[in-house]
Order: sequence, then C-alpha cells, then structure tokens
Amino acid sequence: MKAMITAFGGRITFIQLAVIAALLMVLLPAITDIYRLNLFGKYLTYAFVAVGLVLCWGHGGILSLGQGIFFGLGGYCMAMFLKLEASTPEATASQTTPGIPDFMDWNRVTELPWFWEPFNSFTLTLMAIVVIPAVFAWLIGYAMFKRRVGGVYFAIITQAIAVIMTILIVGQQGYTGGINGITDLRTLLGWDIRTDSARTILYYACCVALLLCLLASRYLLESRFGRLLIAMRDQEDRVRFSGYDVANMKVFVFVVASVFAAIGGAFFTLQVGFMSPTFIGAVASIEMVVFCAVGGRLSVVGAAVGAFMVSWSKTTLSETFPQLWPVLLGALFIAVVMFFPRGLAGLVSDYAPQALSKWRRQAGRTPPSGDPAAEEPSR
Amino acid sequence: MSGFTTQELFAIFAMQGFSGLSLFCVFLLMALGLAIIFGQMGVINMAHGEFMTLGAYLTYLVSVQAATLGEWALDAYFPVAIAVAFLGAFMLGYLVERFMIRHLYQRPLDTLLATWGLGLILQQLFRSIFGPREKTVTMPDWLLGSYSATDMIDIPLNGLFILAITILLSVALLVLLYRSRWGTKVRATTQNRTMANAAGINTDRVDRLTFALGCGTAGVAGAAFTTIASTGPTSGGQYIVDTFLVVVFGGAASLFGTIVSAFGIAQSQSILSFFWSGSMAKVFTLLTVVVILMFRPQGLFASKVRR
Repeated sequence: MKAMITAFGGRITFIQLAVIAALLMVLLPAITDIYRLNLFGKYLTYAFVAVGLVLCWGHGGILSLGQGIFFGLGGYCMAMFLKLEASTPEATASQTTPGIPDFMDWNRVTELPWFWEPFNSFTLTLMAIVVIPAVFAWLIGYAMFKRRVGGVYFAIITQAIAVIMTILIVGQQGYTGGINGITDLRTLLGWDIRTDSARTILYYACCVALLLCLLASRYLLESRFGRLLIAMRDQEDRVRFSGYDVANMKVFVFVVASVFAAIGGAFFTLQVGFMSPTFIGAVASIEMVVFCAVGGRLSVVGAAVGAFMVSWSKTTLSETFPQLWPVLLGALFIAVVMFFPRGLAGLVSDYAPQALSKWRRQAGRTPPSGDPAAEEPSR
Repeated sequence: MSGFTTQELFAIFAMQGFSGLSLFCVFLLMALGLAIIFGQMGVINMAHGEFMTLGAYLTYLVSVQAATLGEWALDAYFPVAIAVAFLGAFMLGYLVERFMIRHLYQRPLDTLLATWGLGLILQQLFRSIFGPREKTVTMPDWLLGSYSATDMIDIPLNGLFILAITILLSVALLVLLYRSRWGTKVRATTQNRTMANAAGINTDRVDRLTFALGCGTAGVAGAAFTTIASTGPTSGGQYIVDTFLVVVFGGAASLFGTIVSAFGIAQSQSILSFFWSGSMAKVFTLLTVVVILMFRPQGLFASKVRR
C-alpha cells in the first residue's frame, strides 16, 4: 500500500487530488446552475491539454504549439460519430440524399465519404479518438526527434501543421463542415446529450477522466521515466551519452500529451455539442500553452487549475470588456514568462510553506481559526 | 490542364507568376527582418507581423497628412512614409529588446510566448486606435494603372513598385551585413558570442541594434504592403506562420536561403491557386515545406558554422 502511494508521489498527490475532486464534484455543482456547470465542464476539457503540456513542455522541454491539432482530432472523431447518429434517413428525409449529414447535402456531396464510414460504430470511434491522434503525434514526433530537431523548430512546425489543418478543414466544406464545424449533435447511442441531466452526468464523467489523467501523469512523473525526462530537458547530451534513446522518450511523452488532448477534445464535443476548426488553429493552440504556463508548467494540478481559471476569466472578461481581454491575455503571457516562469503553482509552493509555518506557530499560541492559508498548498 | 492553349497557359503562368511575385515581396520583406533576428540571436519574434502592421498604419497616417497638404504632397509622400515607418518600428523594436527580450536570451521558447503576448496587445491597440475596419492609403497617381507586356498580360504598376522596394531593401541589408563594419560585428557575434565579446565587441549593443533593425525592416515591409492591400489590425499577423516557414525552410542565418525559399513558396502557392482552390494550394505548399523540413531540418541552405 505504502509503495503504491509513493509511486504516485506520496500522500500530497492524493490530498491535492481529493481537494480538486471535492471542489469540482461537490462544491461547484452545489453552488451553480446547470448552465454554468456545463461551461465549467468546457473549461475542464482544456485542462486535459494543459496537463499534457506539463508532461511534454514543462518536464520534457518540448514546446508544442499544435496541441489544438490533437484536441481537434479527438473532438472531430466524437463529432463525426454523433453527427452520423443524428443524420438518420428519417431525420434527413427532406435532403436530396437522405441519411448523410446535412452539410454534405448542402455541398452537393451525394455519398458518405470513405473516412466517415468507421464512425458509424461507437467502438471504432472510441478507438479512433485515442489511436488517430497517437499515430499522428508519433509520426510528427518520430520524424523530427530522430533527426534531433527540437526547441524552436519543433514549435514552429507544429504550429504550421495546426494552421494547415485549419485551412484544410475550412476548405473541404463538403467533407468536414467547413468553418462552422460539425453542429447540431443530438444523441449518444440514443441518449439525448442536450438535456440537463445528461449534461450533469457528462460533467461528472469529464471530472473523473481528468482526475484519472492527473493520476496517470503523477505516476509517470514520479517513475524513473519522469526523472529521465527532466534530465533530458536539462542535459540532453549527457542522457544520450549514458545510453538512453532520447528520441524515443521524446516521442513517447509527446504521444501521451496528444492523447490527453484528444480525450479533452472528445469531452468538449460531448459537452458543448459541436466542434469547429477554431479550436484547432494557431491561436487556440497557443492559448492552451498559456493555460499551462499560468497554472505552472511543472505542476500537473497547477496546469489544470490554470486552464480552468484562465478560460473562466476569458469568458467573464471578454463578455464585459471585449476590448480589454486581448490586452490582458497578452500581458498575462509576458508577465508569466518574465516574472513567474513557474506559474501559480510556483507562487504557491514558494509562499505557502512560509504562510503555513507562520500559521502553525501562531496556532501554537492561540486557538486555530479558519485561516485560508491552510488550504493554499493543496494547489 | 487541358482546355487551355499553349499561349493561354503562358499568359496564365506569367500573370499568376506576377501575382506570386507580389506575395513573394510580402514574404521576403517580412522574412528578412525575421531571419536577421532569428539567425543572429535565436530569438523567435512572434510580434513581427504587428511591427509590419505598425509600419502600414504609419504610412496611412503620413498619407492622410499628405492629403491635407495638396496634390504635390500626395505624389511625393511615399519616401517620407517609408522613413517614418522604418523609424517607428525601429524605435519600438529597440524598446522591446531593452525591456523584454534582453531578459529572455537564455530561454528561446519563452521569447516566443512573450512576443506572442506583445503581438496580441499591439493588435488590440491598433484595433482601438484605428478601428476594426481596414484602412486604404491614398495612392499617388504614378502607382495606379498597369503595364501591358502583351495584349493578354497586364502587370500592375504597384506590383512593380513593391518589387523594386524589395530588391532595394534586400541589397541594402546584404551590403550592411557583408560589407560594413557593423555587419562584421553582427556576423562575429552570431558565429561565436564569447569570442566576439573577448575581442572587444559589445555584443549586447549589437543584439539591440540587430533586433531594432529587424523590426525596422518589418516597418518598411508594412509601408510597401499598403500599395497592394488595405491595412487592418491583423494584416501582419496573418502572415506570421508562413513567414516563419520561409525563414526555417531557407535555413537560419542564410539571407540567400531566405530569398530562395520565399520565392519558391510564394510562386507555388500562387500558380497552384489558379488550378485548384486557393486554400488547397496553400495546404499543398505548406505541407510540402513541412515534409521537406522533416527530412532536412537545417533548411535549404544551412550555414556551415560549428556550434
């Protein structure tokens, strides 16, 4: 039992996760309505991407500016399945070709394209959500890391791929739904996902999946592989000369990050009810990097919290001050990079122990009060 | 490609080739500054597009000013506008280096994020100051109209003009880098920073001026841009990803490579877009570049410097 706890990084991991779980699954549903809860669920899907970025950027030193690609792949796989389910011959009887998605009919496509066929099956869809992004990430990673391309070049090329994919999806309207994306999704295996109860259940499912991802990441980072990852980030040549295959390690961590992003994308589609190319492109992808940077690029829990908080403030602030938001986001970028490279999690771990010990000393003299500092290190 | 006669095909190639030449000019004007900064300092300037937009807006302001002065000013304002655009972008670049980039030299990936943030702020500032709608510069009479080479081929004069600016700027930069004392210092710093320092070169100063010069070049690009398109807050930003590919594809620290790759990418995009849709032409071109880069990460013309 004790060995198992250590494998995940000790008791502190479980305390952190328990606090997160309590916040997400007990406190938030208790204090907000279903509309807000659905929005929160949407923010949580970005947390999957941010957690993946902690692995590959924070610990592996590989900055990918194309995580939107994988978020989008996961999301589109799910959306294609849901769309096919919504496009029964009865529901689309008014079309020239009944039984195919509506946007295909509008674009005078008369037959379901071959790459849509597998998405008639739920099992294949679930597999595709994981396998397609993993294979794609493996291809990109293998081609580049084997040739020792890294750093800035990798960032630029992944960003270019994200841009290419956006242009492709927007351009091939008849097969992909174009700029509007795949909309009007209704049921999942006959279960209406637009009802309040379905949204609540999906929110909980998303929370559970996120917690599992967090746990898996902690396990990975606490393992030997995690140590090697950091060694590789800081002194790549030494690790290589010690006989490790650095390229394989990089490919692996990139694939893991991509699969996390894809799972997030699939949950996004389920909860928001559509998927569009805006979540793939360069801007979306780099925003996901900010989520991770603000939360703390070294802390998986921090990154998840960062994703949640930044996207929440984005919604709130861009509603009230549409002019101010881009300036704030830009300033946040600069501030995080220049003054808090370790993000919120870094601030907490710098100041929380002091606050905690101060509180303990005071508590020794006076009876303990409900000091909020006690809750701080849980981030 | 059937259905076209040889003569028509030739005309298509010539005219698409010429419109590709305009795209080439925009790419190259932007890529030159980027290549200098990236080659010299390894810094990725994601706000480069916004420096170009700044140059374009400054040109617009000068043209508005010129219009109030009268007909003669409209004919002659352009050289002034180029100077203003260069100076404006140069000064902003100098400040950005002084207060931001300087602190991040050890962390190239972080400069990428910080400059992206700067770009966002600048874009929003442009939007607040000039409005979201695109601004069109009043063009001097001598830039309007076109030159007819044959009865099927029409070449617009503003295209020729931007080509001339591009050639002038490229030559000026090449001379500056390879024939001037300052260029020697820059190349020395690029090749071996420590030794350059030991030899008495103030590398911090060289960095600052190089960065500012790269930004100033983007300003000139902006001024040239106004002759072929109108300016909006995101005019420069939309080219940033293509331009990065141009720089990387050409090989960092090789200005010649940058020129060749800008030409190749712009021409294939423009010629293919006649036969396919514009988006597919772009997808195909960029994808080809990315795939080539995966097999040849050092780019077309790698500098033979030991690092």
